[in-house]
Amino acid sequence: MNVAKRTFDAVIVGAGGAGLRAALQLSEAGLKTAVLSKVFPTRSHTVAAQGGVAASLGNTTEDHWHWHMYDTVKGSDWLGDQDSIEFMVRKANEVVIELEHYGMPFDRTDAGKIYQRPFGGHSMNYGKAPVMRSCAAADRTGHAMLHALYQRNVRAHAQFFVEWMALDLLRDAMGNVLGVTALELETGEVSIFHAKATVFATGGAGRIFYSSTNAFTNTGDGLGMAARAGIPLEDMEFWQFHPTGVAGAGVLITEGVRGEGGILRNASGERFMERYAPNLKDLASRDVVSRSMVTEINEGRGCGPHKDHVMLDITHLSPEVIMKRLPGIREISIRFAGVDPIQAPIPVVPTAHYQMGGIPTNFKGQVIAPKDGDPCVPVTGFYAAGECACASVHGANRLGTNSLLDLLVFGKSAGESVVADFRSGDLSLKPLPADAAERSLARLARLGKQSEGYAVADVRLTMQRTMQKHAGVFRFSELLKEGVDEIMKVAEAAKSTFINDKSRVWNTARQDALELDNQIEVARATMVSAEARKESRGAHVRDDAPDTPEHPNGRDDQNWLKHTLWFSAENHLEYKPVHLKPMSDDVEPIALAKRTY
Amino acid sequence: MSTRAVQFKIYRYDPDRDEAPYMQDIEVDLEPQDVKLLDALVRLKAKDDSLSFRRSCREGVCGSDAMNVNGTNVLACLTDVDSLQQPIVLRPLPGLPVIRDLIVDMTQFFKQYHSIKPYLINDEPAPERERLQTPEEREELNGLYECILCACCSTACPSFWWNPDKFVGPSGLLNAYRFIADTRDRAAGERLDNLEDPYRLFRCHTIMSCVHVCPKSLNPTRAIGKIKDLMVRRAI
Repeated sequence: MNVAKRTFDAVIVGAGGAGLRAALQLSEAGLKTAVLSKVFPTRSHTVAAQGGVAASLGNTTEDHWHWHMYDTVKGSDWLGDQDSIEFMVRKANEVVIELEHYGMPFDRTDAGKIYQRPFGGHSMNYGKAPVMRSCAAADRTGHAMLHALYQRNVRAHAQFFVEWMALDLLRDAMGNVLGVTALELETGEVSIFHAKATVFATGGAGRIFYSSTNAFTNTGDGLGMAARAGIPLEDMEFWQFHPTGVAGAGVLITEGVRGEGGILRNASGERFMERYAPNLKDLASRDVVSRSMVTEINEGRGCGPHKDHVMLDITHLSPEVIMKRLPGIREISIRFAGVDPIQAPIPVVPTAHYQMGGIPTNFKGQVIAPKDGDPCVPVTGFYAAGECACASVHGANRLGTNSLLDLLVFGKSAGESVVADFRSGDLSLKPLPADAAERSLARLARLGKQSEGYAVADVRLTMQRTMQKHAGVFRFSELLKEGVDEIMKVAEAAKSTFINDKSRVWNTARQDALELDNQIEVARATMVSAEARKESRGAHVRDDAPDTPEHPNGRDDQNWLKHTLWFSAENHLEYKPVHLKPMSDDVEPIALAKRTY
Repeated sequence: MSTRAVQFKIYRYDPDRDEAPYMQDIEVDLEPQDVKLLDALVRLKAKDDSLSFRRSCREGVCGSDAMNVNGTNVLACLTDVDSLQQPIVLRPLPGLPVIRDLIVDMTQFFKQYHSIKPYLINDEPAPERERLQTPEEREELNGLYECILCACCSTACPSFWWNPDKFVGPSGLLNAYRFIADTRDRAAGERLDNLEDPYRLFRCHTIMSCVHVCPKSLNPTRAIGKIKDLMVRRAI
């Protein structure tokens, strides 16, 4: 196959929030930049974010970045790197105000400022009471944000390659990153994008689970490409199950519903969160709420004929508030649950939502990997931001509204790092090895030739069922062990998938197969990392690490206060220390403590 | 809902293989959890992996899976499959070139969107904090900013079918008004100039197909009317 070569200063893979924010930085600095996206930018999954973006603007209630930092570290169950967290919360006001200047239609307070609502795990005065920190555009914040960012990129004349799927990350023998190979969906042609800098902003991989709030396109392409190219994946055992996916359909119902006063109830109508989180109740952190819900269901207090969900009740709110602040939720509820939430509660169940782990980066958005005994050495020419990256600000559990903040702050900082490294002369166009496209061409050739084996849809379904059963909200030692064996079998099967469709033009069967390769990397990383972590922390809670006086909540800081690094080639794990020291001396480290809400 | 067989008639065309487009008759067994048309399409694709269509969020916010179903433009992910008369006739969005099966080339649609300068224009020095806007001023943007660029409206518009290169179309005009209506924007005059043209704006003959099909219940015709009002007002 003929492979065209294109040369750029920088190539960005992914045009969701993080990719678009990084692209702005590069376009405005005058770098020749290619932005690749397998969907038209406004179709990226940032569009589905609902509740808001965190910033301690203090527009309605008093707020301070110290409090936001405390909440984020506590939410992360102390696995988040405190330097990255300090960086993020201190940048929050700046990036949100910028977005407002770009034209984002935030809701407004009576004083004309950005409207802010309460959200889970966000508090004032170090956990004392809920705070209004989530900057919102009704319950369509992600949609408003993604469109505003795309629009600003149109103004900046960014160069997009729309409906191009990146296939593999290119590195030379020294490990320097040289760009990517990519497939133009419409023609089926493969190109090499050769660049001085490569930025991954490919989003999450929630579709490795059977029941997920994520879009079909969230297949972890960046993680798969990085893993195949020898970059480790960090903390992949930590997956957020959002408390409120529509039962059955999986579609997200924002935590903003509870921010506006919504209440979770069990079959007897009890507001059960009062028992689990006496202080923040329904606005406790997501991992805590999800586990409380599953406990209610497991103990027979679930709702419906199968007692398999609980109810999210907003019938006590005025219809005006619902129509004004939660119009999208009402629409989703009517369409996907068949219920008008003004009149009746919405059936909900915890649903796979967000990956806390990802490609390891520092707070500058530079990808880092272990080298010569140092766990944090930047990989020359490689940057990552957003859900595909692990900075690590979310640690073992992310707070709602910190993901939109993450993609703005680290999209921008990755962009700034590229510009700085470019100007300082640290980046150069390194020669491409002659066989640079070999891996991608071999993958395509296999799919072109193979005429029997496993159907892609079947392998994918087995993977999703395996992940759901063996790495769910609660984890069990035996199931984790079996899960590792099961997922390795699935990974073997994925090597002999076949497709009937051999067309060059817009071949979605081929795309599904290529995406499955990426999903398999993420699934293996998740299962192996989860089986190995013998403690409970944040979203990773196992039966053999219960709450004891010695190990509150089952957390074992003595042995497990460390980040996991999973390497694909040998399927092995390494660990690296958590950054317990903040970025500056302006704030004391947040000391280890038991998490209660 | 139960397991049931559903009949489809689907527009198929693969330029790599087919001389000409054709309609494929195909039946698929749906499981109880297959509620939306998109669920059925996923089921169909498991049976015949060559069936090509765009999809992503499956909840009506990304705008990928717009198609023509039994003669009407809809999002597959928001359409109840059991509400449709069988055989369910699936065609690509009308009026745009077909790339393959249900996938159309949206270049012209996005060209029109880009032509209205879909970004806030305000060259005054940015304040340190947010630009202020009253809740009432912000409310003017409701019914406008929610557009998902799915193209259901523009490809249901006879004026856009005739002049896709010259008429901005309902989606582009709705978005144009979204910026004209924004109190933070300083380019209303320039935006009206950009539309003052026998084709760009005035090809809208208030047929209102756009309003009928918009999956987000938006009203491009009303937005177009408001632009026309502003044109008239500044002329007198």
